[in-house]
Amino acid sequence: MDDIKILDAVERYIRGEMTPDERLYFEQLRKTNAEVDLLVVEHTLLLQQMNRFSEWKKFKHTLQEVHIDLAEQGKIRSNKLRPKAKVVYLWKKYRRVTAIAASIAGITTLSILALVNSLTPRIKDPKYQELVRDVKVLKDTQKALDNKIKIVDKKTEEPIISTPVRYNGTGFLIDTKGLMITNAHVVKNSKNIFVQNNKGDQFKAFVVRLDVPRDVAIIKIDDDRFKSFASLPYSIRKTTSDIAEPVFTLGYPRDEIVYGEGYLSASTGFNGDTLSCQISIPANPGNSGGPIFNHNGEVIGILSAKETETEGAVFAVQSKYIYQVLEELKKSSLYKNVKVPSKSALNGLDNRQQVKKIQDFVFIVKGD
Amino acid sequence: MKSENNEKGLLQGLAQSDKKAIETIYRENYNMIQSLIINNSGSADDAKDIFQETMIVLYEKVRSGTFELNCLIKTYVYSVSRRLWLKRLQQMNRYAPALENLKDTVPVDEEIEENERINNEFQVMEKAIGSLGEPCRSLLEAYYLEKKNMQDIALSFGYTNAENAKNQKYKCLMRLKKIFFAQYKNGNGNG
Repeated sequence: MDDIKILDAVERYIRGEMTPDERLYFEQLRKTNAEVDLLVVEHTLLLQQMNRFSEWKKFKHTLQEVHIDLAEQGKIRSNKLRPKAKVVYLWKKYRRVTAIAASIAGITTLSILALVNSLTPRIKDPKYQELVRDVKVLKDTQKALDNKIKIVDKKTEEPIISTPVRYNGTGFLIDTKGLMITNAHVVKNSKNIFVQNNKGDQFKAFVVRLDVPRDVAIIKIDDDRFKSFASLPYSIRKTTSDIAEPVFTLGYPRDEIVYGEGYLSASTGFNGDTLSCQISIPANPGNSGGPIFNHNGEVIGILSAKETETEGAVFAVQSKYIYQVLEELKKSSLYKNVKVPSKSALNGLDNRQQVKKIQDFVFIVKGD
Repeated sequence: MKSENNEKGLLQGLAQSDKKAIETIYRENYNMIQSLIINNSGSADDAKDIFQETMIVLYEKVRSGTFELNCLIKTYVYSVSRRLWLKRLQQMNRYAPALENLKDTVPVDEEIEENERINNEFQVMEKAIGSLGEPCRSLLEAYYLEKKNMQDIALSFGYTNAENAKNQKYKCLMRLKKIFFAQYKNGNGNG
């Protein structure tokens, strides 16, 4: 207790809060008592260092923000944006040429017509097929329903689907060329898979690897209209995360991207399942397959299922299993060069900015 | 074209961590440094690192209050970045090319030394605070950096009263002090 009082006095002395009498007495004490004197010197230094350190950190943080802002506005040349900028540049150039040609030849209307023609059937295509399947292959539907009931029976309620024929989930890119991760249960019963980004563009995709025990699926976007990204902003964590780590997720429980916030509540999943971990976060059907991020912008898991009896208890496949499934995939020659980003570019940003940068890489996964 | 006043204003802004000033200096100088680094066997990431470190050198300098810039900010930034990059190349044991454009630089040896010293100090502090763990870290930050009073801290950290919070803070501070000074004295001894 005495020590606390002495420290109190030292702090008041440093802050200049002492009365003149106290001050005189204290300065006398400093002269006679070397220990007190050392305490004052050390404490002053420590506080000074702490203050400077915190200002230094703030400044570094500002620099990081400024860098990203300026790079995004194109005011500085940044490596992350450079390939993209090149594409944009080429594209602009190309567009200008087309525009001139079109205005000269008067084919603007024609190209729009052609565009409409080429786009419409593609968008209608899946729906049309679904209808056909609905009517024709009723048995399939029945089977899917049975399967679904089995799943529900066997485990907890898995956040999927509202209609028997359509599976809806979330997926996220793991490389720039269109390789995506989602849950196996989202796509395993589907013949046709489509993914849709937050702008509403739909792309065709197919399953390249299905790992049902781990509940991880790798799908690939296979569509000419899909443009590769220059880089991914997030990375995928190789190790297990700590309990209580704050996390957030992005997913599509409805057609709009939805943000959810929570924390890692247990390092194992349902009934002690070591493949997964438990997270406390609001999730709904459709969130399945969505990425779980920590505050450094690293993916730490794939949201997979929720417990029906406990509100907010959600299970996620741990991110290290993404690497295991990937390793298996890399054995095939077609995918042996797949590169997953190892460094997150989101470190040090606040959630709002992180989400802004991530949302383009999270997709709705639709299966029939 | 830029008047001297303009540059002075920018530096003053920087000293107060004004985001506009930081942005302006960043925008006007970054590309130059990136070219320098990339043309001398560095990557764009290196360029970002070196440039940001240069900004920190400039920041520390204008905050010290004794700084008088007698050349353009551009020249200064270039000189510091160039030296930092040379040093980095040497540390990586790579062949350090003779960076051209020597005539456009000003001597910055003092700054580089000072920067290294400060960086070491901050590393010591970062380590010390990092090894403290929670809730010690937040507790000390709330009291010493955010200058909250003990009553508020007790409330937000869930201590029953200010006296308890104070006891806890004292224990945390003692731990920080122990870790910090152990490393600080070591660091100074070696350096």
